[in-house]
Amino acid sequence: MAKSIDISDLDIYYGDFLAVQGVNMTVKARSVTAFIGPSGCGKSTVLRSLNRMHEVIPGARVEGKVVVGGQSLYDEGVDPVAVRRQIGMVFQRPNPFPTMSIYENVLAGNRLNAKRMKKDEADSIVERSLKGANLWEEVKDRLGKPGMGLSGGQQQRLCIARAIAVEPQILLMDEPCSALDPISTSAIEDLIHELKDDYTIVIVTHNMQQAARVSEETAFFNLKATGEPGHLVEFNSTSQMFTNPDEEATEAYISGRFG
Amino acid sequence: MTTPTINRPSGGDRASLPLTTPQLPPIAPALSAGLAVGVAVLAGLLLSWSVVGMAVLAWLLAMVFLPTWSLLLEGRRKAVDRLVTALVWSTFALAMLPLLSLIWQVVAKGAPALSVEFFTYSMRNVIGEGGGIYHAIVGTFLITGLATLISVPIGVLAAIYLVEYSSEGKVAKAVTFLVDVMTGIPSIVAGLFAFALFVLIFGPGIRMGFGGSIALSVLMIPIVVRATEEMLKLVPDELREASYALGVPKWRTIVKVVLPTALSGIVTGITLAIARVAGETAPLLIIAGSATSLNWNPFSERMATLPVFIFSSITEQGRYPEAQTERAWGAALVLIIIVMALNLIARLIGRVFAPKTGR
Ligand SMILES: Nc1ncnc2c1ncn2[C@@H]1O[C@H](COP(=O)(O)OP(=O)(O)OP(=O)(O)O)[C@@H](O)[C@H]1O
Ligand SMILES: [Mg+2]
Repeated sequence: MAKSIDISDLDIYYGDFLAVQGVNMTVKARSVTAFIGPSGCGKSTVLRSLNRMHEVIPGARVEGKVVVGGQSLYDEGVDPVAVRRQIGMVFQRPNPFPTMSIYENVLAGNRLNAKRMKKDEADSIVERSLKGANLWEEVKDRLGKPGMGLSGGQQQRLCIARAIAVEPQILLMDEPCSALDPISTSAIEDLIHELKDDYTIVIVTHNMQQAARVSEETAFFNLKATGEPGHLVEFNSTSQMFTNPDEEATEAYISGRFG
Repeated sequence: MTTPTINRPSGGDRASLPLTTPQLPPIAPALSAGLAVGVAVLAGLLLSWSVVGMAVLAWLLAMVFLPTWSLLLEGRRKAVDRLVTALVWSTFALAMLPLLSLIWQVVAKGAPALSVEFFTYSMRNVIGEGGGIYHAIVGTFLITGLATLISVPIGVLAAIYLVEYSSEGKVAKAVTFLVDVMTGIPSIVAGLFAFALFVLIFGPGIRMGFGGSIALSVLMIPIVVRATEEMLKLVPDELREASYALGVPKWRTIVKVVLPTALSGIVTGITLAIARVAGETAPLLIIAGSATSLNWNPFSERMATLPVFIFSSITEQGRYPEAQTERAWGAALVLIIIVMALNLIARLIGRVFAPKTGR
């Protein structure tokens, strides 16, 4: 089920602005890979190019190759919709659908694609996904209420539930815990641990401890200078990254010394 | 690296300001207004001025009394605040004046005309007293209803194209420009357009209610496009992205996520557009004509509508001018009630369809 991701010579543009340059890396199947780096270095941009969400922004384009499970995502004839069905995403800011209830939000991926299912099947998907996102206990009595009525952290967990409800092969998470309290955060981390048996997970985080806790491998992105495109500085196993990184810059960033 | 230095105030030598200041009593505005009116009426009576003169004087005096009083007691800042507040209130009152007097006129003159007969009879074979506007109400509803049926799909789809598909290319710019131009088309020109079109198809002298619908949709489409466009733009891109990321195709995203989110605004806009064209007279006069009897078929013969009924009642008074005038005011009242009802419905719909946020 899970697939690996091969990225080679990836350049990512917003219009004429080259945001990220020359990324080469291989994300292993059934593992957790963390993206770390200072704000604005292009972590979200790289992440969004992995399920063809980048091109949704007008003028945005990608050069280079992203190969998922042997299939090149940016080849001609590849349907971005099909790509996104297999590669789910959780965004930096929670974005539940305002017209839908909690229940409908979780099922959105199925319902919006007009997938027919029986009531008890739907119920079990909702319960499983909400439990997976550690939200079930808080909302099980008000599944019919609007998803926007939840707190920010609850909304984020609702979005995670929504993403795993469609059982993608790869799950991309852009700072999924930035709005969460420590308890929910550790629930999400537990969830990631469970999910990685079946899924390939890429997670962007600003939290070094989190990267160290959940990931097998870590990619460190940085800007050479302000105005320059972001680039991949080091890609290594997490244990090595946090104990004995190859690059001086990585060492400096992780230990909190900049520049 | 330098650590930013924070400017700290130099210890306890800052005098602490008093937190309470003298204040005018809450009835001060009413008092000064009353005083101003009293003085103005007195002066007006002595100098035998008209009511308008007294009102202007009263207003001027009130504008002087309150700020001066405030300046003496409360200080400059509050005096300016009082002056500006008073100015804002008086402009508001000035704006409301024509509206209120209009409604008052229409109600006062139109209400006596209302009766069961007025709503259930047409003007067929009526000379003098009696008769009603049933035919005109039916005509207004048929013609505006058909115009809505034509304009809403075209307008909403055009707006969807502009916001969701065009990515602001040349076609989109051209469409936007044309829509802007169309917003400014005088309604009589829309009527001429429909008339010319139908003469072209059916020969000269053609009159039918449907022609009126066409003319009204020319006026309605740009309003619907604009309203829908604004509402679609308000839907955050994050929602579209959330839907795309679930592997939902674009058209489904638009139908199931974007449109429902914007629905309340779109429906409100459409209802307001209907209200706006329901009172149009000129185009209907040209192409739908006026009639005294009921006509349920918009595709043949003349069809009466409320605005045209009002127009012809006033312009063709014949031997019974009082009866004609009274019916005109009655029809005007009914038209205003219909338009107001549409506005209310728009608000209700807006509330019902609005995205829910509560628990
Ligand atoms: N929609 C956009 N249009 C143009 N430029 C953009 C857009 N989104 C991001 N950028 C630019 O791309 C670069 C990388 O942004 P990105 O959002 O990927 O950073 P990030 O590493 O995720 O930062 P953060 O940690 O703050 O989320 C930045 O210079 C940013 O200004
Ligand atoms: Mg980001």
